[in-house]
Parts: sequence; C-alpha cells; structure tokens
Amino acid sequence: MAKITLKDLSHSYLEKQNNNEDWALREVNIDWKDGGAYALLGPSGCGKTTLLNIVSGLLKPTKGSVLFNGKDITTLNPVERDIAQIFQFPVIYDTMTVYDNLAFPLKNRGLSVSEIESKVKEIAEMLELTSTLHNRASGLTADGKQKISLGRGLVRSDVNVIMFDEPLTVIDPHLKWVLRSKLKELHQKINRTMIYVTHDQTEALTFADQVVVMHEGQIVQTGTPVELFEKPKHTFVGHFIGSPGMNILPCEIKNGEINFSGQKIQSHKTIKKSQFNKTQLGIRPEFINFSNSGIPVKIKRVSNTGRHKIIDTESSGGNIKILSNSSTDIPSGSAHITFNQKYTYVYEDSWIIE
Amino acid sequence: MNKTINQKAWLFVIPVFILVAFNAAIPLMTVVNYSFQETFGNNVFAWEGTRWFKQILQSERFHAALGRQITFTFIILLIQIPLGIGIALTMPKKGWGVPVCLILMSMPLLIPWNVVGAMWNIFALPDIGFLGHSLNGLGFDYNFTQQPGDAWFTTILMDVWHWTSLVVLLSYAGLNSIQPAYYQAAEIDGASRWATFRYIELPKMKKVLTLAILLRFMDSFMIYTEPFVLTGGGPGNTTAFLSIDLVKMALGQFDLGPAAAMSLIYFFIVLLVCWVFYNLMMKNEAQS
Repeated sequence: MAKITLKDLSHSYLEKQNNNEDWALREVNIDWKDGGAYALLGPSGCGKTTLLNIVSGLLKPTKGSVLFNGKDITTLNPVERDIAQIFQFPVIYDTMTVYDNLAFPLKNRGLSVSEIESKVKEIAEMLELTSTLHNRASGLTADGKQKISLGRGLVRSDVNVIMFDEPLTVIDPHLKWVLRSKLKELHQKINRTMIYVTHDQTEALTFADQVVVMHEGQIVQTGTPVELFEKPKHTFVGHFIGSPGMNILPCEIKNGEINFSGQKIQSHKTIKKSQFNKTQLGIRPEFINFSNSGIPVKIKRVSNTGRHKIIDTESSGGNIKILSNSSTDIPSGSAHITFNQKYTYVYEDSWIIE
Repeated sequence: MNKTINQKAWLFVIPVFILVAFNAAIPLMTVVNYSFQETFGNNVFAWEGTRWFKQILQSERFHAALGRQITFTFIILLIQIPLGIGIALTMPKKGWGVPVCLILMSMPLLIPWNVVGAMWNIFALPDIGFLGHSLNGLGFDYNFTQQPGDAWFTTILMDVWHWTSLVVLLSYAGLNSIQPAYYQAAEIDGASRWATFRYIELPKMKKVLTLAILLRFMDSFMIYTEPFVLTGGGPGNTTAFLSIDLVKMALGQFDLGPAAAMSLIYFFIVLLVCWVFYNLMMKNEAQS
C-alpha cells in the first residue's frame, strides 16, 4: 500500500516535440493518498491510459518522476513496483484453468503451495468464481474472464496500488452494475489504493472518492464528484460531466459587471479583474429557472426523459439548455429565465475566474 | 417468393466440372484403374484384383522407403518448427528491420525447387563446392555422393534452408496478432520470459503452428525434386524417399500396376496422418 506522488510528469511518444500537441501528457502533478479510490476521467486520447502506464511502470516518462511513499521509483519495472493492473480486454492464460490463472502471479513470486491455495480460494470466493475454479479459463464468458483478470490483480496482498484501465468496456450493461459495485465493495474490504481509468462519467463518479478530469494531456480539475458537478474549474469539466452538460455562453465583463444578451448577470463572486481575454459564462441546465422577468428566450423543443424535462431554448446570446422536473409546466413560445447566482461562473480562456 | 426453376443453370457448373475432372478425378481414376490390373501396353489389360496392393504392403523395398521417408520428415519437423519459432521470436516488431527481415526470409521460398537442388549440389561438391571444400579443409571426411550419412546431412540441411522460412513467416504472423495487453499483464504478473512464451505466445500461435506443421509434413512427405537433383536418391538407395522410389518403379521399371497401388497407399498415408493430426490439435478448440 502506498501514497503515490506524480511530480511534473510529461510524456511524449515522439522523439522530438515541437508544440503542445506532440505531448501526450503535460506537467501532471498529483498526490494520491494511501487507500483511496481514484478515477481518471476523460475522453479517448486525453492521456489517461498513458498516465496509468507510467504509474504501473510499463512506460518510462519523458520528464518528471513517480514516487511511492516518497521514494522515487521512476526507473523501476512493474514487478519491482509491486502493482496490479487490469486491462480493457480480459487477459487470461488460455491453456490454464481458472485456478491456475489466479495462482499464476503467486507462483511467479515463489509462494508455497498451501499459501497459494488459501489465497486463490479466498479471492475466488470474493469474485464468485468458486464453482468454475477447475474449468478451463478459455471457456468462460467475457465477464467471467474479466473477473479472472481482476482476481489476478487482487490475489496478491502486497500490492502498492491496483489500476483499472476501462475494465468494463467489454462487459454487458446489466453486468456492469454488478461488477462495479463488486469493485466498490472490494475497495472497502481490502482498503488498497485503487486507480480507475474511464471515459464514462457514471463509472468514475460512482467508483471514486476523488476524480481527476483530463483533457488534451492535462489535468483540468481534481475533486469529489460533487465539486466537479457544482463548480467546474474548466469549461471542459462543465461540458463533459453532467447530462446535458453545462451551458457555456459568450459574455462581456465591464467594471465588474457581467453582460449577457443585453442583461446584467450576477456570478457566484464579484469580479475584481478588469482586463480580459475571451470570456464565457457557465451555468448548468439544472440551475436555470423560468420567471416573469430576466433573459428572454424562445422555447425550441421539450424532451421528456421521464424524470426530467430537457428544454432547448434560444436566446440572443446563444442556445441554452434547461433541465427541470418533469412535473413542471413549461411555458410555450417565449419565456424569461433567470440563473441561480450561486452556480453561475465566469471563465477566461476556458479557466474559471475566482 | 417463389423459386424459379431453370435447369439451364447447370450450364454454369460445367466449366468447374470439366476442370475438376481433368485436374483430379480422371488422373486419380486412371491410377485406380492401373492399380487393379496388369498392362502389357497397346491398351491390353488383365484383372489382378488386390495383388499389387498385397505385394507393395509386403515388399521390403516399400518398407525401407517408407522408413526413410518417415525418418526424414520427422527430423526436418524437429528442426524446422523450433528453429522457425525461434527466429520469429527474435525478429524485430517495428522499424526498418521488419521489411528487411521479411524479404530475406521470403527469398528461399521464391527459388524453384530444381534450382535449389542444383544450387546445393554445386555448393556441397567435395572438391569445388564451398560447403564441401570447406568441410574437407576443416578435416572432416565429407563426400555426399559417396557416404550415406553425408548425403542425409546435406539433404536435411538443404530442406531446412529452403523451408524454415515458411515456419518463420507463419509464426511471425501469429506473434504479431497478440495484443500488447497480454505482454503487459504477464510483465505485471511477474512471468519469466519462458513462462510468457509457454503461456501466452505458444497458445496464441497454436493455429498457425498447426498449419505450419501440416504444410511442412505434406511437403516433406512428398518431397521429390530437390533430393532428386541433389543426390538422385543415392548413394545406392539411401536417400530414395517414397516419391523417388515411386518414380523409379513407374518410369524406370515401367511396373505400372505396383506403382499405381503404391501411389494410392502413399496418398492414403498422407491423408490419414493429416486428418489424425488436425483432429488432435483442434480437439481442445472445439471443447472451449
């Protein structure tokens, strides 16, 4: 078990780097506490798998260092680091039985037969694999195989960290829930540091205590699911998390006043800065209400999802999505809306102005 | 929808039917025809029943040729399969080395068989050939035209040179289809290089290796041109493999009946071995 620190990590798959786009990872700094459950969230190609492979030791970073419990282990290989990793596609040893698959990492580390047996049985019990323990692993279904991959990671009691690289991609939707809650349960039971990589916000938000959101090789925000939802520090976080995502609207700021669509808007804090580049206003669809006065909008479309209504509207400043309770009456034609001040944020060049 | 019945469609099958008939069925049936009869030329035939089959199956000459054939095939499989896998494992997986290796590996496969035989004949000549001359220069008493051991050594070396590439290319293709995650998982599980080979690479190569062994078995079991040019079956009959012996009997002695019977027995041995081998290799596949 270990505390993990990443210091000024940058990685490029190219020999020479000319601009930011040549870097898969840029200036990543992270502190992960011992025993925590973390998620790395971001779209495909944002660098999350690269980051994971650097932590596990499968990749050597171009710059920066990785520390376990304050000790620099950047040059160590995965075995020396004592980590476990579970991949997107189930990796099993076809010719072995389920039992031998689970025992393989222990055998390679020279444990005694009786030790191996007790550990394998314990893990098999936890993952509900006991009944198939002596079957050939290649005959199992995709989720059974992924359970084996999972089991090989969990069977060693000495691992510093267990990493998951989109482990539920090939699993049927109805089994995803089962396996995900199993993982959460396992984390509580064995209390080891776990890092979970995914592009699925539901998976990240339900699994992790702390979510790291990545975008174009950079960390844009680290926080609890609630923080990411309520106060996105970057427009990408606002847009990526939540369904539908945050409304990002162009605005002007003069003398501390926010102007949007000819209306004065109040944000969560007074703005002290006076010189700006491109400024935008961010408000989640959940925090917009209809009222008698405010920003005039035209209602374009209402879709009812059963629990919510999603209303597409058009204002002179751009399209705005509104989320309301499905029992709420929606005015037709034109209406006025107001933004909840507490959740209205202003962004400069995509980063929040505090 | 109603099916339209049009017997003229059979016309489309005729070209294939003719091709297969002339290509396989008619020649094979001719052989079958000869194997049950005695012929004296001029299209005169006399019925012999199973006499030729009994004669071949009991003949010491056939037993000896079959023995040599099995020994030869066994030795070259034993060398070529591990060697081919070994070379494939050491070949680069990316960069400029890939096309270079692939082209170098394909070279021997592109050379016509009789040229291979002629090349190795000259190469191995004890007085002027590079191999023969060098071996004698190093103090070995080497003469493949006189000594059976040397003839075998040269024939096997030639076959290994000619055909190991096929095993290499097939194994290389099999290795390249393995997802990187398997190697990464093995690395994390602390698997040794041997364990990675034994539990990941070898099982993933199983299908291409089955194919490689089958192809090498069939080709080596029916080998004719290269040893015919290299040693002509000699010295004596020591490198006269089945097909060389068969041609001697059919065209040298003009014993068409026994030769036809031998052809059929030969054909069934190849068919039987391939069938048994393939079923054994694929048995586990079907279960899983």
